Parts: sequence; structure tokens; C-alpha cells
Amino acid sequence: MFKLEKKANIDKSSVFMVPLSAIGCSLIFVFILFILLGKNPTLALFIIFIEPLLSVFGISELIVKSTPLIIIALGLSFGFRAGVWNIGAEGQYTIGALSGGATILAFYPMSGLWLLPVAFLVAIISGALWGMIPGILKAKFNTNEILVSLMLTYVAILFLSAMVYGPLKDPDGFNFPESRLFHDSGILPIIFHGTRAHVGFLIAIFLVVMMHFLLTRHMVGFFIKVSGESPRALLFSGKSRNQIIYLSFIICGGLAGLAGVIEVSGPIGQLVPAIPVGYGFTAIIVAFLGRLNPVGIFLAGLLLALTYIGGEAAQIKLGLPNAITGVFQGVLLFFLLAADAYTKYKISLVNIRWKI
Amino acid sequence: MDLYIAIFQGIIIASTPLVLASIGELIVEKSGVLNLGVEGMMIIGAVSSFIVTYETGSHLLGLLAAIISSGLIALIFGILTQYLLSNQVATGLALTLFGLGLASLIGQSYSGITIESFPSLEIDILKNIPIIGDLFFAFDYLVYLSVLMVIGTYLFLNKTKRGLILIATGDNHDSAHSLGYSVKKIRLLSIIYGGACAGLGGAYLSLVQTPMWVENMTAGRGWIALAIVVFAVWRPLWIFAGAYIFGGITIIQLHIQATGVNIEAQYMSMLPYVVTILVLVFISMNKNRLAVNAPNCLNKLFTSDI
Amino acid sequence: MSKKYLGAFIVLLILGVGFYYQSQITTEDNNVKKIGFIYVGPVTDFGWTYEHDQGRKAVVNRFGENVETTYAESVSEGPDAERAITQMARDHDLIFTTSFGYMNPTSKVAKKFDKVKFEHATGYQRSDNVANYAARFYEGRHLIGLIAGGVTQTNKIGYIASFPIPEVIRGINAAYLAASSVNPTVEFKIIWVNTWFDPGKEADAAKALIDQGVDVIMQHTDSAAPMTIAQEEGVHAFGQASNMIQFGPDAQLTSIIDNWGPYYIDRVQKLIAGTWSSSDTWGGLDSGMVELADISDDVPQVIVNLVNSARDGIISGNLHPFTGPINKQDGSSWLSEGEVAQDGVLLGMDFYVEGVDGVIPN
Repeated sequence: MFKLEKKANIDKSSVFMVPLSAIGCSLIFVFILFILLGKNPTLALFIIFIEPLLSVFGISELIVKSTPLIIIALGLSFGFRAGVWNIGAEGQYTIGALSGGATILAFYPMSGLWLLPVAFLVAIISGALWGMIPGILKAKFNTNEILVSLMLTYVAILFLSAMVYGPLKDPDGFNFPESRLFHDSGILPIIFHGTRAHVGFLIAIFLVVMMHFLLTRHMVGFFIKVSGESPRALLFSGKSRNQIIYLSFIICGGLAGLAGVIEVSGPIGQLVPAIPVGYGFTAIIVAFLGRLNPVGIFLAGLLLALTYIGGEAAQIKLGLPNAITGVFQGVLLFFLLAADAYTKYKISLVNIRWKI
Repeated sequence: MDLYIAIFQGIIIASTPLVLASIGELIVEKSGVLNLGVEGMMIIGAVSSFIVTYETGSHLLGLLAAIISSGLIALIFGILTQYLLSNQVATGLALTLFGLGLASLIGQSYSGITIESFPSLEIDILKNIPIIGDLFFAFDYLVYLSVLMVIGTYLFLNKTKRGLILIATGDNHDSAHSLGYSVKKIRLLSIIYGGACAGLGGAYLSLVQTPMWVENMTAGRGWIALAIVVFAVWRPLWIFAGAYIFGGITIIQLHIQATGVNIEAQYMSMLPYVVTILVLVFISMNKNRLAVNAPNCLNKLFTSDI
Repeated sequence: MSKKYLGAFIVLLILGVGFYYQSQITTEDNNVKKIGFIYVGPVTDFGWTYEHDQGRKAVVNRFGENVETTYAESVSEGPDAERAITQMARDHDLIFTTSFGYMNPTSKVAKKFDKVKFEHATGYQRSDNVANYAARFYEGRHLIGLIAGGVTQTNKIGYIASFPIPEVIRGINAAYLAASSVNPTVEFKIIWVNTWFDPGKEADAAKALIDQGVDVIMQHTDSAAPMTIAQEEGVHAFGQASNMIQFGPDAQLTSIIDNWGPYYIDRVQKLIAGTWSSSDTWGGLDSGMVELADISDDVPQVIVNLVNSARDGIISGNLHPFTGPINKQDGSSWLSEGEVAQDGVLLGMDFYVEGVDGVIPN
């Protein structure tokens, strides 16, 4: 079928070319899909990918939607580099949103500038602690972290639901399952007046820069890389594998928790059962599309956010089914992963000679 | 007595899609590949089997459609991970996203439609045996198929040469390769088989459990199938235990509620997940047991052969 | 051509095509009213969202060229809701947000777009440009309660409930009171499945109820799965939200149908006439918002007569499903002889009436 030989040195330009060609192929795929669905394909593509960028509304919403994706994906990339497969960021995000939101509600009706920082701190710590559960189990008992973190996601979502239907229910809310609205000092400031774009995006940018520095200039980044690529080399470096596992889960859980509290104190402004909407899973695509590189993750987060916003606009304007967004994201990831092979390996076709 | 028999039957029916999907994933993981796309493959199986059954009126063709279509999208995963050496976690997630989206696209015009219910085993002599008949001979054919598949998988892995080769591939792909076996071919075939099984599991939902098609009808069962494989510590016969415990907690919880006992639904629903985590910890604490059964090369890249 | 120029050329090309399309899609007739719908599920769910979309289609049929309708389906009730509503508010005249979780997002967007009219379903926040609407489904529950009480042989009625919100609790109480009025020995078995939509789980719940000796199933979840199970197991069931007769030709006793069409047509009519104003509508059988499908032949004629007279009574205002004396579950008095429940209490109902077994979760 194919024969793959590892390339000695990877072409620098491929860092850009691979994601771009994957995006191109996915666009062609959905172009054909639109024709099959009987919609004008160029108009559909325009509404999904270009039009949101032509208005203040579109750009501000892009900022809102991409913020949690970028922050979570940054944390995930840290673990993925180390070969630690945390796919439970959705749960860590939910726990962060719940604990941060509960903190804001607990101090109701007190207000002050201290409120948000306290809530953020609580969310980051609880997200990190939730993330530590698979971390500790992995380090102590070698329990598979993929499955534990996934199981904990369901537990977290159900826990949020139990809280919102129970103790955190709005006392004046006719028994409907949502908390009271946060008061003003529990809400993140807006950066563009009249939109929903909030300072959480600036936090995301700050984190991108910091993570870039950490990975390129700092020893931690080096160890993280070593841990994933060859555990044996790590033995000589002095850092233990367990330390790397803990660090990965703390950073990932903490950042996912931060994304959670940003989301509730930003665009939502209260606790509702529908806080988990799959950011933790979409962030995995963002991390891969962004090549586990902070700047790449930033761009990939914006692109994925664009597919959500554009997909919604195409629904409203063209009556395209909602499922298109998921299909596009899946196909994009397929093409990206396939295109990856071309950068790392030299591919040649060979005759199939299968035999068992 | 009748109630207990009914509860038993309910558990079996609720668990069968999980048995089907997880026995396939077990083979995939035994060969050293982690496919997180079970949910996507299941839903494709559910939609394609429903459409074909509706259009042709034949359940058999519907099942065939599930096997083929889910096998085909598993093939995408297989080619990507085995021949283009992509990351298995990311590819599996992409498969789930793609499957869920594609299923709702192609199933759009098939909601609100019903099909005939799936035929059951009708052997009167067996069925009329008191108690035993109701316990064991009152199900649809797929239940028996799932049982046969689990036993067959057990025999295949433990009693046949090919089964041993498969296990060897998952345990140490380099030595399997040096012995002259095509690691990639073995894994690709396992992946396709896993897809077909997941497709059958999905078909069980849309043909048997609730003869209808609606978007997202798998509702997370693919992920539970993944948990069951680990719960069973990769031993085929323990898939029964895993799936029936999962199904059992669901069904028994419903019955407890129906008798008027108050339970906190959310906390009750957490139980299977918490139990799985505890089992995972328990089995991984026992290094020997894990070492014997867990495929060493799970989720590891193999680059050497074609 | 160097790479730089090529890049600039591509950007210009995209922008050019962009502005072309922009001009294409913004040229529209001002006389055409744009009506938007935000749905919580897929339009193909054959339950809650399906019926709202039927209402949208009724608007299209009625007004034809004078309106343009759009919708967004499966909009999560989290952070995405406000965006989807805003997206519509930018160029729509009237927007229906059809799930409780859209209440705060709708209010927020309505503050920013004061020229756009909003209608939020099943909530309680109202302002100058946000109207409320909901249906008195408990009136329908009263009627099917009568049927259930009259049809059951085992005196056990199963109830598949979603979440313990007032709407669902109200439905259980209304159905129980009606059922026990025709059959004092009737017993309700309630299962909370903790989801609005999971056909597999709803089917399991229906099976469990049947195994517990139930021969009539009611549901307050959105899929037709319980109906298919009732059909297979040879018991009776009531459809939810839409007529589910094709899922249970023998099983269905009747369905409570959410009929949003007349209300949507009325509101759009007012919008076109310029007489739209914010209102709080809680429509029942009288407004046609709640309807019953044809009653099955399996229902004895006495019961059918009872249902018809109850329906007439409710429509004429002579009968209220919650008329005292009614005690709460703990035996304390809620409504005294002849007293009728206040809407405010019904809207926040968080208790069972006397005779219903079990405890409301939380």
C-alpha cells in the first residue's frame, strides 16, 4: 500500500502547509457536500467562513467562542507533548465553572473587586484537583488516564446538574433549574462596548505568550518533551515520569477550570445545566490542528470557533442542517492527520503483499 | 418471580448493544490499537441499518448494511492510523464527530417512521420450559449472536493460532513483525471487525430496542463500551460481566424508582462511571493481572512494515 | 508574481466575492417580515422541537410571500444561545425562542435590540419587547388522566418523567387527580429518567414500568420510544407533543398535541398589522394550543363522554383541573372545597398532591 520512511529533517514550511492543505481539502469536501444537499456551495462557504469576519458582531463572537477553546487546548497540548492523554478536559472545565460560579454565588450579595480573583483561584484549584485524580491514579497505579479522565467527565456533568437542580437553584426562580444571575462584580468586563467580547480573551492571549515562552525557553518544556518522546532519556535528566504526569494534569486541569469560570462569569453570567457543550473535546481538535504549538493553537481555536459561528449563520440563512459543523470538524481532523504523514515521512506506493 | 424474570430480560436487552460494541473494541485493543470512535461507528450502524430495513423491509439486509457501513468508516480510521501513522486518540475523536454528523445528515428524512419489530427466537419447546424458557429462550436473534460472538472471541483468542498471533501483535509488535507477521494487516482487519461489531450494536438500538431512528440515539453508549473493555481487563468472557453490570445498574435503578423508593437520579447515574474507575484502579493495582491481559502496545505507534 | 502579491490577490478576490454576496443577501424587501425560531433540539425529533417547527410551517402557509422564516436547531442552552439569538436579531423582526433555558439570553439580547420583538416560551421574564407564551398542558394531562383511570385494568399507571421542574410536576399532579377521580384505587409509578431525550433510556423505563405491572404509560420526555415499547408489549400509552399514532397504532389511547400554529399565526398577524405588543399568554384547550389526538376505540364510551364533557368544561371555564378540596402529599391542606389554584402557585409547583407516592428528587 504505502511505504513510509522517516524524513531526516522536517521541512520548516510544512508547519504551515499541512494545516492549510488540510483546511483546503476539507473545504473541497464540504463544497461537494453542499452541492449534494442542493445548496449554493460558494454562498454557503462564504456565509460560514467569510461573512462572520466582516462584522463587529462576528468578530466579537469569534473572540467569545474561541476563548475557552484556546485556553483548554493550551493545557491539553502540554500533556499531549508529554504523552499524557487527558481527554477529560470537559469535566475539569465543568468543575471549574461550577466551583467558580458557586463561589460568586456564595458571597451574594457582597460585591467588590476581590470577588472575581477569588472565584478564579477557586476554579483553577478545583479544576487542577479534579485533573489530579487521573494523574494520581496514573502515577501511583498506572491506571489508564484516557478512560479515567473520560469517566470523570460524566461524573462532573452529573454533579453540576445535581447542584443546579438542588442547592444552587435560584430561590426566586420558580423552581427552574438555574442559579440566580451573578451580580455585576461577578461578571467579567467587556472589551468592546456593545458586544459580548470579554477580557477572558486577553487572558487567553497572555497564556499563549506565556506557554510559548515556557515551552521554548524553559527547562520544563524540555522535560515535557523528553517525557513523551523517550521515557528512558528522562531517567538521566533527573525529573521523574510521575512529576511530569502530575505537572501535565495540574496545568491542564487548572487551565480547563480557568476556562470554565471565564465562561460562566463572561458570556453566561449564571450557572445553568447546559454549561458543558463539548469545549473539552473540541479543544483536542484545536490542540492537534494547532500542532501542539501555542501560536498554532491560537489560530486553530479561532478557526474552530469560526466553524461554529458560521455553521449557525448558514443554518439561519440557508437552512443548512446543524450537523454540517460536526462533519466539517471531523473531516478537517481526518485530512490534517493524513497530511501529517507527508511532513514526517517520505511516502511511496508499494505493492500490497499481505500474508498472515 | 415474574418480575425478576422481567428485570433479567430488561437487563439483557439494555446490555446487548454494549456487549456487541465492546467485544469488537476488545479485539481492536488486543491487537494494540485504541479506537475512541466507537460512538461514531455505532451511530452510523444505527442509521444505515434503519434506512436499509425501512427501504427493503428486510432486517437481515439492515444488519448487513450496519456491518458494511460501520466497517467502512472504521476503515478510514484504520488507514489513517496504520498506514499514515496518525495519532489514534485524535483520529478516534474525529471518527466520533464525523459519524455523529454524517448520521444525522443521512438520517434526516427517516425520523418519525417505524419499522416492523425484530423477530425473536420462536422455538416453542424451549420457550415453554418453566422459568428457564423465559430466562434464556425468549430473546431476539441478536442477543444470541452477541453471546456467540463473545464465546467465539474467547475461543479465537485463546485456542487458535491466529488468536495468539493477534495477542502477540498487541503485546509486542516488533517481535511479531520479526516473526514475519504483517502487524498492520492484522491491526487493520481488527479495526474493521471492531467497526462492524459497533455497527451491530448501533443496529440493535435502531432495529430492536426502539424500532425507530432519531439523531444522537446512541446517547453516549459508545463511550461506555470503551469503559467496559477496560472493566473486563481485556478478557472476552468478562465483557458479559461488564456490560450486564452497566445495563443492570440502569435497569435496576428504574425498577427501584418505580416501586416508589426515592433515589437521587443524578448520583445514581454517576454510579456506573465511579464503579468503572474503581475497577480500573483495582485491576491496575494488581500488576500481574494487568500484565497478563493488557495489550502492551496499546496506542503505540508501529512504523516498520507495510 | 512573488508570493506576497499572490497572497494579496487572493485576499482581494475573497473580499470581492464576499462583498458581492453580501450585497446579494442583504437586498431584501422591507415589507417582508423576517421571523426567526430558535430550537433546542433537532427539527426531526418528532417531539417538542418538531411541533414548534410545524408551527413555523403553519406561519409560512398562512402568510406565504409576506413572511420569511428561518430557524436554528439544536442550539445549546449555554453560552451559544445568546449568540444565535443575536445573530437573528440583527435582521429579523420577530424571534421565537422555544425553550426555558433561553430566558436570560433572550432578555439580554432584547435589551440591545429594542426594535426587534421577542417571544420566549415557558419562562417568566417579560419586557416591552419580550412576550411570554406557554401552554396549559396540565389541562391535556387532566383529560388523559381521566382516560388512564378508566382504561387501566391493573390500576397501575406508569409515568416517565424528565426533570423535576414545575411543568412536569404539574402534569403528574393533574393526571393523578383526574385518574383517581374516575378510579380511586389507581396508583402512579413514576420514573425520573433525568433526560429529555434518550430513546434507549426511555424505552428501558417503559419496559421497567410494564414489568412492574403498569398497563398504561404516560410520558413527559420527548421521544416516541415509550410508545414503540407499549406497542410491542401490548399495553396502552399516550403520545407526547405530537400525534404518535404511527409508533403505536394499537397502543396509543390519544396524544397531547402541542399546537403552536394558531398562536404563531396570531402573533405574526399582529406584527404585520403593527399591533404587536408584549403579552403573557398561557393558552390551554380553549385557545387550541393544547389539543388531543383522536381517542382510541379501546376507550369505553362512558370515559369518552367524560373526557368530552371535561374538555367542554375546561374550555368554557366551568372546570379547572386543580379545584379543591386538594391536599398536599403530606396531608396538609392546599385548596379548600371549591377553591381553584392560582396560576402563580401552579407556575412554581414543587410538591405532589395527596395520593402520589414517592418523593420529588432533590
